[in-house]
Amino acid sequence: MYRYDSTDQQIIDERVTQYRDQIARHLAGELSTDELRPLRLQNGLYIQRHGPMLRIAIPYGMLAAAQLRKLAEISRRYDRAVGHFTTRQNMQLNWPQFEETPAILGELASVQMHAVQTSGNCVRNITSDHFAGIAPDELTDPRPYCELLRQWSTFHPEFAFLPRKFKIAVNAAAEDRAVIRAHDIGLDLVLDDDGEIGFRVFVGGGLGRTPILGKVLRDFLPRRHLLSYLDAILRLYNRYGRRDNMYKARIKILVQALGIEEFSRQVEAEWAQLKDGPTTVPDAEFTRLAGHFNPPAWDTLPAEDPVHAARISTDLAFANWVRRCVHAHKTPGYAAVTLSLKAPGVAPGDISDAQMIAVADLAERFSFGEVRVSHEQNLVLADVRQRDLHEIWQIARSHRLATANIGLLTDIICCPGGDLCALANARSIPIAEAVNQKFDDLDYLHDIGDISLNISGCMNSCGHHHVANIGILGVDKNDEEWYQITIGGQQGNTAAIGKVIGPSFYAQEVPSVIEALIAVYLENRTASERFIDTLQRIGIEPFKVRAYAGRDRRRSAKVDSREREVIHA
Amino acid sequence: MPRIIKNRCIVEDHWQVLTLADGETPEAITLPAAPVLLPLAVWRARRDEIIARDQPLGVWLDSDEGPEALAGDIDRFAVIGVNFPKFTDGRSYSSARLLRERYGYGGEIRALGDVLQDQLFYMQRCGIDAYALRADKDIEKALAGLSVFSEAYQAAADQPQPLFHRRAAQASA
Repeated sequence: MYRYDSTDQQIIDERVTQYRDQIARHLAGELSTDELRPLRLQNGLYIQRHGPMLRIAIPYGMLAAAQLRKLAEISRRYDRAVGHFTTRQNMQLNWPQFEETPAILGELASVQMHAVQTSGNCVRNITSDHFAGIAPDELTDPRPYCELLRQWSTFHPEFAFLPRKFKIAVNAAAEDRAVIRAHDIGLDLVLDDDGEIGFRVFVGGGLGRTPILGKVLRDFLPRRHLLSYLDAILRLYNRYGRRDNMYKARIKILVQALGIEEFSRQVEAEWAQLKDGPTTVPDAEFTRLAGHFNPPAWDTLPAEDPVHAARISTDLAFANWVRRCVHAHKTPGYAAVTLSLKAPGVAPGDISDAQMIAVADLAERFSFGEVRVSHEQNLVLADVRQRDLHEIWQIARSHRLATANIGLLTDIICCPGGDLCALANARSIPIAEAVNQKFDDLDYLHDIGDISLNISGCMNSCGHHHVANIGILGVDKNDEEWYQITIGGQQGNTAAIGKVIGPSFYAQEVPSVIEALIAVYLENRTASERFIDTLQRIGIEPFKVRAYAGRDRRRSAKVDSREREVIHA
Repeated sequence: MPRIIKNRCIVEDHWQVLTLADGETPEAITLPAAPVLLPLAVWRARRDEIIARDQPLGVWLDSDEGPEALAGDIDRFAVIGVNFPKFTDGRSYSSARLLRERYGYGGEIRALGDVLQDQLFYMQRCGIDAYALRADKDIEKALAGLSVFSEAYQAAADQPQPLFHRRAAQASA
C-alpha cells in the first residue's frame, strides 16, 4: 500500500500543528464557534448528540496492521474501546473528548493517518473496490489512481469551500463494487480501442434527499488528463453550484438544472483551457504510484488446495462460512476473506479494540500485514492462502468475526442513527438489531440467499438505503420515529434507486414487514432467482399488498411532506 | 490608517472600498477620489469616465461576479479585490486563480470581506497577495496563517508545478 515519503509526512505533521493551534485559539476565545466549525469538520470532528465524534480517514479503505493497532490503542486511550466503520470506508470514534482531539490526530500522524477532509464542503475520502488489486474481474489496480486523487484533493486550495460535500469513487472491475454512480463523480477505469487506459466519467450521482444515479459525462478520458478534467468540473461546481439552499447544493442539482449536455459543454470549455498544462500526469508518476501497490510475494500454488477442499466437504459450518465470506482471488491457491462486522447483538460496522488487535494479528500472520475496509462496513483480508482458511476461520470465530452472513439479510449497512448522530430523525441500530433477532437462523438466511438490506436514520442516507433491495429510512413525524421502506434498489452494474412501498411503519412493525417481503419472495421465486430477480419479474405490487396486509394504515396513511418528496424524486 | 497584509508584511493602506448602499445606483453615485476599489457595477456603468480620471484604478468582484467581466481591461487595474461575503463562500478562490492563471493579471489581488487567518494559506495559493483582514481580528497573529504548510500537492497560482513534477526532478537528480 501507499507509504508516505518525507513530504507527505511533513504535510500531515503540519496539519496537526495547524489544528492544535486552531483548537487552542478557540479555547482562548480567539476563534468563534462558527469560525471553528468548518475547520474542525475538515479535520473530521463533528459535535454530536452526546459530544464530539471524530471521523478518521482510511484512504480507499486500505489499512496496514500497524495502523489498525494504533486505532485500537487510540480507541482504548481516548474513547470507549470501540470504533465504527462507515460507508466511506472510514472509522468513526463516537466518544472522544474535544480537548484531546489534537492529541489523537498527532497519534494518527505517527502511523501515516489523519482525519483530513472526512467532513466539510470539500472533496471527501476517495473510495474504491475493497478487492482492488486481487479481483479476477479487474482491468487494472484502481489504487494508484485513488492515491493520485488523494494527493490532488488534499488541501486543494481552490476547492476547500465548495457549495457542499463532494464524493468521488473509483472502480476498475467488471462488477462495480464501489457504487460509483451514487457519487458526485464516479470513475470507471476502461481501455479505449487502442488499449490506452482512461476513465469513463460519471457525474451528478448521489443519495441523500434527492437520490440520483450519475450520468455519463465522458465516455473516455485518457488517464493523463484526469486531474485537469476534475479541476474543470470542480471549478464549474465551485463557481455555479447553488449556495442559497444546502439541500439543493450538491453537484447533481447543478447537472439537473443545466442538463447533462449543457453541463458537459461547459466542462469541456473550461477543460480546454486547462488541458495539457502542468497538471497533466506523466506516465512516470503513474509508474511511481503503481510501485506502491506491487503485488505481495504470493507463493506459487495449485489452483485448488486439496486439504481445503477436504475440509469443506467435512465441516458444514466451515463450508457455510467459505460460501459467504471467502471470495475469489486472481492468484491460484489464494482467496480473499471478509471478516463480518455484523454479528448479532453488535451495531453493524462496530469493532472493539480487542477485535482490532485480532484482525491486525490475522493480517500479519496470513495476509501480508494489510486489511481493507469495505463500504458495506466489513473488513477484508485480501491475500490469504486457501490452505490457511480453516485456521483463519477458527481464530476469527473466537473473536466473533466469522458470522457467515456476507451478502445475506443480516449483512446490514447501517448508519449510527439517532443513538449517536445529531442529524438523525430516528434510530437505526435498534432496527438492525430487531431484524437480526427476527432472522437469527443462519440456515434460513442462507436459504433466502443474496439480498441487501440497508438502514439510514435520516435523509442524508449514510446507510445507502436507496440502493438496497430493501431500504429502511428513519423519518420523524411529530417527534415519533417512523420507518419508510423502499424496495428494488441495487448497487453494482445494475445500480438502481429503490421505490417507496407506501406509508411508513412503527419501529416495532419493521421486522414483520421485512418478514412479509421475504415471504412473498420465497413463495414466488424460481430455483435460481435472488430476491431482486423475483421482485423485478413479479413487480412491486404483491410485496406492497403483503407488507400492509392486516395493518390499519388509514390512521397513518397521510404521507407527510418528507415522504412525498422522496416518492416524487 | 488601516493596515493590511501585503506580500506577507503588514503595511498601511490608503485604498478605500466603495460599496453601493440601498438606493444608490452605479450611474448616480459620487465617485470618491482615488485610490478606490469600485464595485464592478460602477466600473461597467462608467468605464470611460473612470478611465478619463487618469488615476490609479481599482475594482472589486463579489463572489458571484467572475473575472470574465473585466477581461479586456484587466491590466488597467492596480488592485482587484475579490470579496468573501462569508469565509465559507469559496467562489472567490476560483476568481483569483482565473485572474492570475487565465488572464495573466500581475497586479495586486486583495481579499476583502470575511477574511480570516485560517483561510490565508489557500488564498495565497490561489494568487491573492493582499489581505484586508476582518477588522476585529489580530492582524499580527494572522500572518502565521500564510506559512501553515511548507509544501502542497497541487499546481496553483503560487506554484505552477504539481508536487509530482518536483518529486520526479528530485528522484532523477
